[in-house]
Amino acid sequence: MDFKSKLLNDAVEQMSSLPGIGKRSALRLVLHLLDQSEKEVKDFTKAFENLKEHLNFCEKCFHITEKKLCEICSNPSRSEETICVVQDVRDLLAIESTQQFYGKYHVLGGVISPMEGIGPSDLKVNELKERIIKESTNEIILALPATMEGDTTNFYIYRKLQDIQLNITLISRGIGVGNQLEYIDELTLGKSLLDRSVYKNKI
Amino acid sequence: MYISKLSLVNFKNIFQVDLELSSRVNCFLGDNGQGKTNLLDAIYHLSYTKSFFNSVDSQNIMFKEAFYVIQASISNFDEEISLYCGLKKGEKKTFKKNKKIYKKLADHIGLFPVVMITPYDINLILDGSESRRRFFDALIAQFDKNYLLSLLQYNKLLKQRNSFLKTKNTSIDLLDVYDEQMVELANSIFKSRENFTKEFVPIFNKYYKDISSNKEKVSLDYFSSLIESSMKDIFINNRNKDQIIGHTSSGVHRDDFLFTINENPLKKFGSQGQQKTFLIALKLAKFEYIKLKKNITPVLLLDDIFDKLDDHRVGYILSLIEKNKLGQTFITDTNKEKIPNILKKLNIPSKLFWIEEGNSFKI
Repeated sequence: MDFKSKLLNDAVEQMSSLPGIGKRSALRLVLHLLDQSEKEVKDFTKAFENLKEHLNFCEKCFHITEKKLCEICSNPSRSEETICVVQDVRDLLAIESTQQFYGKYHVLGGVISPMEGIGPSDLKVNELKERIIKESTNEIILALPATMEGDTTNFYIYRKLQDIQLNITLISRGIGVGNQLEYIDELTLGKSLLDRSVYKNKI
Repeated sequence: MYISKLSLVNFKNIFQVDLELSSRVNCFLGDNGQGKTNLLDAIYHLSYTKSFFNSVDSQNIMFKEAFYVIQASISNFDEEISLYCGLKKGEKKTFKKNKKIYKKLADHIGLFPVVMITPYDINLILDGSESRRRFFDALIAQFDKNYLLSLLQYNKLLKQRNSFLKTKNTSIDLLDVYDEQMVELANSIFKSRENFTKEFVPIFNKYYKDISSNKEKVSLDYFSSLIESSMKDIFINNRNKDQIIGHTSSGVHRDDFLFTINENPLKKFGSQGQQKTFLIALKLAKFEYIKLKKNITPVLLLDDIFDKLDDHRVGYILSLIEKNKLGQTFITDTNKEKIPNILKKLNIPSKLFWIEEGNSFKI
């Protein structure tokens, strides 16, 4: 598509470099911005500039932060003993919103998938190991996606940490809360049977 | 299980056809290119939810038309089932059983079993091991959900492992992880294939012996590198090689089913007739296997199979039909007289249809 204006072309080009945005949507968004007042557009772009300039990753857990350490890592009321390993910031926020976890996190930055060019060295696995040795961790919770790539990564981490005295746990797989059994796919239901737990401990 | 009624609209070269079928033998007779095989393909389509010949559904719509519809009434003991398959250009295929749309097409597979014998089966002999694995995997998976699952997972891991090997990354700890995950799956795949072979081969041997009246010795053997060593050892022994060539050189993904005649490869040493006999025995064994496991007699589609077979072999197949061992059978042939005459002589109840330019005329 040619928009007969270099400025417009550039703006559309930039906009469509975002994930999930095609040329047509990009044009719609750019034209919308063109309709806005100058101040509004300045605020808009400034927000992104600030984001890139001031937001970085926590030295310890690789969560996003404006300081050296993130809010969670520098919060003294959160337990040092448990580390929850997650794929990315989105998953961290999901677990945070459960309000069921009071330990610290470790953001891996993905899961192992050579087909997409992601190997173990692209993830923060070594950093996790160093951290565990340095801190007084006694449990890590593996909270990665329940996909084959997630399983591979779990297994890889497990082997890396094998010689450290440590509890390694996995978030459970199975029936969603409030679900009817008849509607659950066989794979999940089968897994939940294998993963069953002692009822007494649940009361 | 048999089809009592079949109607097609705009399927391939068939504009519109409504057939009332015999529960025993139905013959589609006609010259080349008139649509005999397309009628068989429509039946196949109702069983496997896709065409045998062309998996691109939209290409099965009649030229210049906008949709196709295949409908059939199936009788199974005293139960009547209606099947419907329709495709409109640019829309998703709808497949209905008793007017209810399937959410997953896979749920239908196996409910209305069909076995098709066609000249294209020769690819099972001529092609590489992949097409043979696909043929047997599909058969095993119909009766073993776990097998399908293990196979899918193994293949997924294999793809990741191969991608990793291609990066020429020398760290072996990730390879260890993949190997350990794959070993268990490979073992279960190997076990399933081995058990299946034990059940299947005797059935196959019986059919081949009967069709050929014991003239030559053929065999069907399962070959796997896991017969001689464990998957774990295979991975360890091939590790250096795999890292150099950049893919996984050995494992259940390289298994094969060997077809031999008098202990030589059938591909090179079998005559056309012998190869054809082998394939018919293979397909009849598949028929018997499904019947045994499911307790449903599949519908048999014979596409142009009497070509290149000697009279004795043709006679044997027809005698199976005569003894009512095969259930409902569909036969295509270009000769208007030959098969109808034999059927009449054997007193087999049948219906004959003359197919011309995508239309059918009852004879």
